Amino acid sequence: MSKEKIKISEAMWDFMPPEYQDMVDRATYGNNQRSWKDIGSSKELIEQHSLCAGCPESIAFRYILASLPNPEDTVMVGSTGCTSLVFPHVAIQNIHSLFGNQNAIASGLKRALKVRFPDKIKDVVVLAGDGATVDIGLDMTMQSWFRGEMFTTICFDNELYANTGGQESGLMQKGFVSKMAPVGKLFEKVRLPEIAFESGCHYVACLTVSKPNRVEKVIRNAVLVAREFGPTYVQLYTPCILEIGKQSMEGLDEMKDAEAIGQRFVAKEYMTDNVKAFLKEQDAKDKAAKKAAKAAAAAAK
Amino acid sequence: MSGYQVKPGPEAFLPPSASSMGIVLPDPGEGHIEGRIVPEDEAYELAARKFLEAKVPTLFPGPLVLWHWNDNAAEKAKAIKRLAEAIPARIIPMADYRPKYPKIIPEVEINPNHPNLTIWHNKIDACIFIGVHCHQANLALKIIRGGTSCYTMAMCAQAGHEDACLSFRDASVAKIDKLTETVLRLKKEGVKSQGDEFKQFRNNYTVSYKPSYE
Repeated sequence: MSKEKIKISEAMWDFMPPEYQDMVDRATYGNNQRSWKDIGSSKELIEQHSLCAGCPESIAFRYILASLPNPEDTVMVGSTGCTSLVFPHVAIQNIHSLFGNQNAIASGLKRALKVRFPDKIKDVVVLAGDGATVDIGLDMTMQSWFRGEMFTTICFDNELYANTGGQESGLMQKGFVSKMAPVGKLFEKVRLPEIAFESGCHYVACLTVSKPNRVEKVIRNAVLVAREFGPTYVQLYTPCILEIGKQSMEGLDEMKDAEAIGQRFVAKEYMTDNVKAFLKEQDAKDKAAKKAAKAAAAAAK
Repeated sequence: MSGYQVKPGPEAFLPPSASSMGIVLPDPGEGHIEGRIVPEDEAYELAARKFLEAKVPTLFPGPLVLWHWNDNAAEKAKAIKRLAEAIPARIIPMADYRPKYPKIIPEVEINPNHPNLTIWHNKIDACIFIGVHCHQANLALKIIRGGTSCYTMAMCAQAGHEDACLSFRDASVAKIDKLTETVLRLKKEGVKSQGDEFKQFRNNYTVSYKPSYE
C-alpha cells in the first residue's frame, strides 16, 4: 500500500462513514513530522480497542503507532496475546502469526518486501507480548537476531501471561506470586535486553511507556536503525493492571514506580558505535527539519 | 443433485454453503438465479425487476470500488451511483472487513461479520453487493440468507457468487451500466418503483466538502 492508494472514489465520498473520510483527510500518513503530539488533533491509526479500561498496553499502542516514521509502508507482525485483540482495529497493514513464530514470519516478510519493492523503504515491525517473545517464541526471536534480519522487535513486557489468567513468564520478576503461579517465581527475570545486544541487535532499549517523548524517540530510533544496520529490540513495560491487583487509573503510577532509580525498569539503551554516530546525525537532521517547519509555519502566518 | 435452491431466508442459523448443496457458478456470458444457470440477459431482467418491486432496494459497494486504488475502480463507483439514482436505491458501504468495535451504525455501514444488523435495521428487502472481495461477500451472503428475508444479488468481478440468490460474473463498468439501462427500460415500459421514500445518508459535516482529484 502507499499513500496514493489511501483515497476514496470520488463518487462514493459522501456515502463513506465519517471515520474513513477522517482517515484520508486528517490522518498522519506521509507526514515526516508525525509524532505522539498529533494524538487528539489528528485521526489516530488506532482509536477504539478491546483492551481493559486503563490498560497501559493501549497507551503504548497509541504512542507506537503515532511514532512509526513510515506507517503507510509499514507492516506489523503480531502474535497471540492481548496485542492480538488490538490488531484488528489498527489502520496499518498487519499479519497475525502463530504463537511464538512472529520473528520467523517477519524475517520472510522483510526479505520478500525487499525483493518485491527494491526501490522502496518498507519497514517491518514485530509487536508481541513477553510470552511470545521470550518464552514460546524465544527460538524464533533469537534466531532472527543471529541472522541479522533487518526489522524491529517490540516486546510488551507485562511480566506474565495476562489474558490466560496470570501464569508465570520468563520476564516475571523473581518471587512474584500471581493467580496461576502461587508458589512465586523461583528464578530471576530473563535479561533479554542484554541478551539481544549480545545476539546481534544493533540497537536495544528497555523502558516503560510513562513518557511519550521517550517512547517515540526509541521507536523511531529502532525503526531507522533496523533499515540501515540490522535487528533492533525494544522492551516496553506495560503492566497488566488486572493481574497485579491494580485499579484502572493506577497503570501510570505503576510504570513510574517501576522506572525509579534502582528499580527493574530504569530506562536503558544499548547500541553499537556506528549506530551512535548514525543517530547523532539523524538527530541533527530532525532538529533542522523541525526548525525549518516551524519557520515555514511562522512565515505562513 | 439435491434440488437445493438459493432462496431468500430466513433459512437457518447456519445455512449450508450453496456450493456444498450442488450449486455451481455460471460460465462467462451466464448468470445464476437461485442456483439455476441462465443467460446473462435473463439475470439483468430479473435483477432490475427485483430492485423495482422492493420497498427498500439497497446497493452495498465494497472496498474494491469505494477506494480509488485504480481508475477503473473510480469509474465503477460512478456507475454504481448512476444505478442508485436510476432505481432509486440507498447506498450503504461495506468500507471495512475488520470487526467493528464497539458496534456498527447500521444506517451508515454494513460489516461482513454481522450484515444482518444492517438488513434488519433498515428493513432492506433487495440488495446487491458490488466490489466486495469474494470470501467476505460469501460470508455476508450466507449470514443474510440465514437470518433475513432479503433477496440478495452479487455483481462479482470474478466467477460469481453461488451464495447469492442472483449473481453476475466478470463485473465491469459496462455491466453495471447495462443493469442501469435495464432498470430505466422497465421504468419506461411502465414498471414503477415500489420503493419507500428515503433520505440517503450523508455525513452532515462533510456535505460541502469534496476532495479534489486530479
